Amino acid sequence: MRTLHRESLAAWAFAAPALIVIALFFGVPVFAGLALSLTDFDIYALADIGNLRWQGWNNYVHVLSLPLFWQALGNTAYFVVLGVPLSIALSLAAAVLLQSKLVRFKPLLRTALFAPVVTTLVAVAVIWRYLFHVKYGLVNYTLQHFGVDPIDWLGDPHWSMPTIIGFAAWKNFGGNMIIFIAALQAVPHDLYEAARLDGARSWAQFRHITVPNIAPTLLMVAILTTAGYFQLFAEPYVMTQGGPLQSTVSVLYLMYEEGFKWWNLGLASAVAFVLFLIIVVVSKGLIAVQRRLTGEGA
Amino acid sequence: MQRRRLLTAAAVAPLAGCARDSSTTTLRFWAMGRESEVAAELIAGFEREHPNVRVKVEQLPWTAAHEKLLTAFAGDATPDLAQVGNTWLPEMQALGALEPLQPWIDRTPMLQAADYFAGIWATNAPGGQRVGLPWYVDTRLMFVRQDLLAKAGINEMPRDWAAWRETLARLRQHGMDKPLLLPTNESAPLLALALQQPEEVLRDGGRYGNFSGAGFRTALAFYLERFQRGEAPGVSEVQIGNLWQEFGRGSFAFYLSGPWDIGEFKRRLPAELANAWITAELPGPTGPGSSIAGGASLAMFKRSRHKPEAWALISYLSRPDVQLEFYRLTGDLPARRSAWAMPLNGATLAEDRHAAAFHRQLERVRAAPAVPEWERIEKEMQLAATRAVHGVTDLDATVKALDARVDGILEKRRWMLDKARA
Amino acid sequence: MKRVLVNGLLWVFAGLAVFPLVWMVCVSLMPAGSASSLPPPLIPAHPTLEHYRLLLGDGGLKRAFVNSLGLAVVSTLMSVSFNTLAGYSFAKLRFRHREQVFGLLIAALVIPGQVAMLPLFLMLKGMGLVNTWMGVLIPSMAGIFGIFLVRQYARGVPDELLEAARLDGAGEWRIFWNIVLPTLKPVLVTLAVFAFLGSWNDFMWPLIVLTDGDMHTLPVALAALSREHVNDSELMMAGAVITVLPVLVLFVALQRYYMQGLLMGSVK
Repeated sequence: MRTLHRESLAAWAFAAPALIVIALFFGVPVFAGLALSLTDFDIYALADIGNLRWQGWNNYVHVLSLPLFWQALGNTAYFVVLGVPLSIALSLAAAVLLQSKLVRFKPLLRTALFAPVVTTLVAVAVIWRYLFHVKYGLVNYTLQHFGVDPIDWLGDPHWSMPTIIGFAAWKNFGGNMIIFIAALQAVPHDLYEAARLDGARSWAQFRHITVPNIAPTLLMVAILTTAGYFQLFAEPYVMTQGGPLQSTVSVLYLMYEEGFKWWNLGLASAVAFVLFLIIVVVSKGLIAVQRRLTGEGA
Repeated sequence: MQRRRLLTAAAVAPLAGCARDSSTTTLRFWAMGRESEVAAELIAGFEREHPNVRVKVEQLPWTAAHEKLLTAFAGDATPDLAQVGNTWLPEMQALGALEPLQPWIDRTPMLQAADYFAGIWATNAPGGQRVGLPWYVDTRLMFVRQDLLAKAGINEMPRDWAAWRETLARLRQHGMDKPLLLPTNESAPLLALALQQPEEVLRDGGRYGNFSGAGFRTALAFYLERFQRGEAPGVSEVQIGNLWQEFGRGSFAFYLSGPWDIGEFKRRLPAELANAWITAELPGPTGPGSSIAGGASLAMFKRSRHKPEAWALISYLSRPDVQLEFYRLTGDLPARRSAWAMPLNGATLAEDRHAAAFHRQLERVRAAPAVPEWERIEKEMQLAATRAVHGVTDLDATVKALDARVDGILEKRRWMLDKARA
Repeated sequence: MKRVLVNGLLWVFAGLAVFPLVWMVCVSLMPAGSASSLPPPLIPAHPTLEHYRLLLGDGGLKRAFVNSLGLAVVSTLMSVSFNTLAGYSFAKLRFRHREQVFGLLIAALVIPGQVAMLPLFLMLKGMGLVNTWMGVLIPSMAGIFGIFLVRQYARGVPDELLEAARLDGAGEWRIFWNIVLPTLKPVLVTLAVFAFLGSWNDFMWPLIVLTDGDMHTLPVALAALSREHVNDSELMMAGAVITVLPVLVLFVALQRYYMQGLLMGSVK
């Protein structure tokens, strides 16, 4: 019994540093944020706390009535709806290709495909900006050879978000690729052997063996990627500053502007919590959809 | 053991940044843009006169400066002194971030209120409290490729809107595709046009927006017309690329900018174009028009622990000879009249080929409303205008939406003013 | 035929993935102004190191590089220590409410970090930690995912081993240090690379917390540079190389362990 007590003491001692840091510098601020979102804490209140007013749910109502919020939500949704499937498709395709026995130089290819994940976002955003420059960018130059007129990738409100979607896909697909590789390795080979003997071709094998077997991983990746993509911020901040015509303002970018540019902390906190709720709802939705699909499939 | 050592090391690290040497004071001076680049040169003279003071200049890009100042205030990390845009002074003063300067000015005989341009001097005392000392003045007017105008048969600068319209149309006829450069991300041109109108852009003492009033409507209509007639490209600064190069190439003939571009154009344009361009006053609706009473001031922060040294630096930078040197390095115009009368390259600044137009324009300037929220309102104004330029909303919808937005931004101000009145 | 297709596709993929980085290096070696011309040059005709000399001289990035390096090293050390201890504790040490507390942590993973950012900033201001190194390090120490990774891995340590050591009279710390830690080496490397990358690439938080230019980390300094020098593409590329090369090198050198750790960790 003494050893159990001593073990329990040691357990708390070991876990304490991390738990204290998390509780103090994450837990407390989250609750403080909730409290802030119920007031109109702004730069005036920072100067003199007497300028603080209780708002109750007003901030949330105000956020939901802001046209810019809906535009930001629309931009973010656009990014998620197009970007997540694109990113997952690329990752899965790369993983499947890499798993093939016909591949040579596997480690080299894997490293090359994963490299963008490791790079600093700010640096590669700068690179992307120059590659997609309307006059001197390589992309437009190449397209001209195919007879396509130069597109103002980052300056045209219709193309700015697609450019950022492409950028995010390029940067992130390597991460999910690794996860898919692990999942693919876990699929038993005999299943493929049996199917091949039955005459099934690659695409049929993929549809009927691969996909069902990696379904849980697929769901996890979908949820994580979706949650991550909802938190779009750094790309618009570095590449477009939310423009042009606020076509790349994301919800988090809106929070940053309200909070750290104009110091409307109350309103910004409300935006952050609304985003959090949206992510939770969407994640739960994805799980429900998956459950329905597997329920029908089974 | 390893953990504890790491924690102590990490705890000591921030303390190691503190200055141990008590004999030299280090001043933290925040400056922006081109001014920050030349500050080191200017300050060399100051450091020679004050050997026990070192000045660390922090360079901030203009696009991030406002938020950095606010962040510093919010985080209790303000510098000792900073270059602060005139329109930001009301905000900084309302926050109580700046040191009142009148007592310091009273103790420095070298600084005379009369020696400063009256309109600019007034903008430095929001709410009756003087918190800034004007460093340089600026306004907006036209930079013109007069050689290209001459080629199209125009030998006189347009002095009113009608003449301007005609000049632009004539240039287009002679083959210049987009004779006027109005980057859609710049709010100054539209603001200047708005300030030429008799009405104010905010009403009721800065409590509500007045953008749906006749004055702003007229200004916005004129602004939009330039794009609708194809005289200005509807693009932002980033898409233009290198505007100095394009000016040199003759892609456009008119550009609305400020005095710093005198220095930039002089540096970047090839020698053969040195006399091809000139500065000219802004045309107004019925004759020569007003422009923005702009510029930046030097301000000291209340939380500074080196106020006497900071003031010494501020006074140094306000000396007429140093002001003139500052002009020579940047093209920024001195805030002190006496500097304009000092000799420079054989003439005085007031007679200088490019600065003369500024000197005249400075007699016809109007300030933007002195409300703390102005920075944000100006950004909203430009966003609304850009939407109208791209045809997303028409003029009527634009100004109504803008007023609604601005009224929302000013809500807290109204509450605070009412509270103070009660 | 299929072999050609599969390999070919992969090489195209890999090429597209790596091309921007290669282009970045090429342009960084071009003289100023030459990249803004048509046709856009691919290979530097007159390679020059002038941009590197400028940036690594007094051009501000040298300081930022040192800052980033120092912060990343300290952050890695702290985060790995904290996470390993906690992960082991949740995996192997028995204490009341262990599973509930862990469940709480997993739930917290869903909360976007930005929700905590604003109040955390105010908290740090109260503690006088704005514009200090400690202020930047603090959020990186709270790493729920790292704890999760270690716990997954540590569960593989046989209980009998630990029990035997306890019966021999060894203290918990000695058991951890001498028996468990050596077996955790692969996941430690993964954690360390993860933490180093995370700290080196961190952008938003240092942007907010550090007001002094002297204290800027590389991503923040690069972002500021890119706003001021919109037209100097060659200079910007050199700055990007300086920012990206160290982590790329680190990754390539340690990628075997990193991949291993991730692959093992994601098998659920």
